[in-house]
Amino acid sequence: MAWTGKILRVDLGTGTCASEPLNMEWAQNYLGQRGLATKYYVEECDPKVDPLSPDNKMIMTTGPLTGTCASTAGRYSVVTKGALTGAIACSNSGGFFGNEMKNAGWDMIIFEGKSANPVYLLVENDNARLLDASEFWGTSVWDTEEGIKKKHNDPHIRVASIGLSGERGVKFACVVNDMDRAAGRSGVGTVMGSKNLKAVAIRGTQGVRVKDFAAFRAATDAGKAVLAENAVTGQGLPAYGTQVLMNVINEVGALPTRNHLDVQFEGAGDISAEKMVEKRQSDGKANLITNAACFACTIGCGRVSQIERTHFTVKDRPEYQGAKGGLEYEAAWALGAATGVGDLDTLTFANFICNEQGFDPISFGATVGAAMELYETGVITKEQTGGIELKFGSAEALAEVTELTGRGEGFGAEIGLGSKLLCEKYGHPELSMSVKGQEFPAYDSRGIQGMGLTYATSNRGACHLRSYTVASEILGIPEKTDPLVADGKAGLVKAFQDATAAFDSSGLCIFTSFAWTLEDVAPQIDAACDGEWSAERLLEVGERVWNLERQFNLAAGFTGKDDNLPARLLKDAAKAGPAKGLTNQLDKMLPEYYEVRGWTPDGVPTNETLSRLGV
Amino acid sequence: MQRSLSIEPEKCTGCLQCELACSLDNEGAFNPSKSRIRVFKFEDEGRFVPYTCTQCAEAWCLKACPVDAISLDPETGAKVVSDALCVGCKVCTIACPFGTINYNQDTGKVIKCDLCEGEPECATACPTDAITYIDANWTGLERMRAWAQRTDAGAGAAE
Ligand code: SF4
Repeated sequence: MAWTGKILRVDLGTGTCASEPLNMEWAQNYLGQRGLATKYYVEECDPKVDPLSPDNKMIMTTGPLTGTCASTAGRYSVVTKGALTGAIACSNSGGFFGNEMKNAGWDMIIFEGKSANPVYLLVENDNARLLDASEFWGTSVWDTEEGIKKKHNDPHIRVASIGLSGERGVKFACVVNDMDRAAGRSGVGTVMGSKNLKAVAIRGTQGVRVKDFAAFRAATDAGKAVLAENAVTGQGLPAYGTQVLMNVINEVGALPTRNHLDVQFEGAGDISAEKMVEKRQSDGKANLITNAACFACTIGCGRVSQIERTHFTVKDRPEYQGAKGGLEYEAAWALGAATGVGDLDTLTFANFICNEQGFDPISFGATVGAAMELYETGVITKEQTGGIELKFGSAEALAEVTELTGRGEGFGAEIGLGSKLLCEKYGHPELSMSVKGQEFPAYDSRGIQGMGLTYATSNRGACHLRSYTVASEILGIPEKTDPLVADGKAGLVKAFQDATAAFDSSGLCIFTSFAWTLEDVAPQIDAACDGEWSAERLLEVGERVWNLERQFNLAAGFTGKDDNLPARLLKDAAKAGPAKGLTNQLDKMLPEYYEVRGWTPDGVPTNETLSRLGV
Repeated sequence: MQRSLSIEPEKCTGCLQCELACSLDNEGAFNPSKSRIRVFKFEDEGRFVPYTCTQCAEAWCLKACPVDAISLDPETGAKVVSDALCVGCKVCTIACPFGTINYNQDTGKVIKCDLCEGEPECATACPTDAITYIDANWTGLERMRAWAQRTDAGAGAAE
């Protein structure tokens, strides 16, 4: 119950699809989605595997609650070894694709090998087959999704696909489903592209069942009431989306600006949530058309935006003039503050292209920021950019380089390397604002100390979705801690990391955790899944998942030395705002973190820790 | 007093909780593909529109059915399909101008909204009040109120 108990295994080399039973013992220990798929992945793959070789596998996975009426229960994840990082990758997406997979009767789809020619997988309930994708190869995510629905004459098919960037090896390509929802980070779309797998198209009509429907209704109703009454999930996110953070984070001096040279952006107000709802003088309309929800979500933080028709990015291009998935905070930050571009419609356009061609706006924007610094210091020349004046703040340059990266062409191919390889190539590795090859998201760890430890120790490279201590340090959830001090952050980061891994293994969206603790989640899982599920047990699952991922990364060749931050954050103090004069104090937090984790001073889980968790 | 489903698309976020609730009540599983209410997304306009049977007073489906499998529930005003009588001929699906009665391959019967015997699950589940269950005679009341507020009639009284 809750799990369908079935895995679809797709061998792209031989073109075969086979059903096999889910390992229920593992499901009891790793729950689902992130945890369970990671368990399958590490059992089946050599940690040293080249992410882009046929030997790497890619798993699409749902959680036990995916497809149910629990609020936000539509999530799925893509688990593999990341093309951007070479570390374990798990990228989570919303939309409606996850439910379709579950309704078709599958907990997971494991892809192995590589197809000789471009293919897509079509799943209609129990029936799965690989089909020739030559007519879709070379087209965008949007055209592929539409094309597949048309070809099979079925508007109900849900599609997850890659765009040109994923086909052409851009290292931070995503898997995009439902036009604008993405398994975004670490280059999972690049892995998909390397397998010649263009899309996964699913139609599911079998129904999703839980252990005890009456108890489940009661538990999920209680959960929804908590979300509705909470100021963040009940009001802030529906009205403003995650973009509600732009002005807040700028004010606390933690908005990384121009490749982390500054911690406040003078244009923050111009790219904020408040600006998105303000009517433009020119046409009297606002950028934001409405909010939108993913499957089963009672929060509805998604943005639907429209660019002013005469804006230089869309003028004479009607295909971009309609309403589409708009900016959320991380994207607005990366495309805007990180590059110094303060024009909302340009950022909205860049975001459209990221969705259309399937690449991660965070890594992309941050890499453009690094390239702009290289350009301004004369390391990269106009000749190398193909004539683009890649200056901080240039909306035109951003728009152009976005389209080039989407197609993996010209200087866009260089940006597509990601900041680490790009900066190494031009002899300035120190300018890449990344950890384990993955670019930072939208919080400067000089102004929010816990995020420094979060980034340094994240198993998938720098990321805010592995332990969002911003909730505690800035928003006071579940309790307020001082963002400027390092004390106590080791325990805080561990607690967030473990709880997050549990949420990510359930089928729920992590945004529920603004209002829910695992105490709210446990009754929902308990009513849905076989076994008895308490908050303590879920937290232990989270810790088990964290250690499993860590073990994989160590075996892949990472060491404690990789739990580090760029020198800019450790040596160059913040120039303004509340954190003025501060650097990140990682050296104070890291040893304590290893200790609370039960790891050696070198960052290796002890045997005792591993056997306590049964890893 | 009969009540009607009132649908206000501008409030809808497209979450499909209504479809989940409907399918659970009618099919015993979470299965939006079997929901009697469907939510349509108009991508380029950023609009979500829930749509279901309006329970016509003179129902085309009811009149078209050759075996009288569709009847009126006098309590709720719903037009209800009897699974025992329905032969799956689909004539009602042709007769309905709105497309809100549909054939279900798995059972060989048609399915349509029956107002859940007077407690529509979709309205209960909707988190945004885009679907409500209100006095059948006054489904326009809130819209009237909104327009009334925009007129200046009676403005003098406040002075
Ligand atoms: S439950 Fe309400 S908000 Fe959600 S899709 Fe249905 S009508 Fe729209």
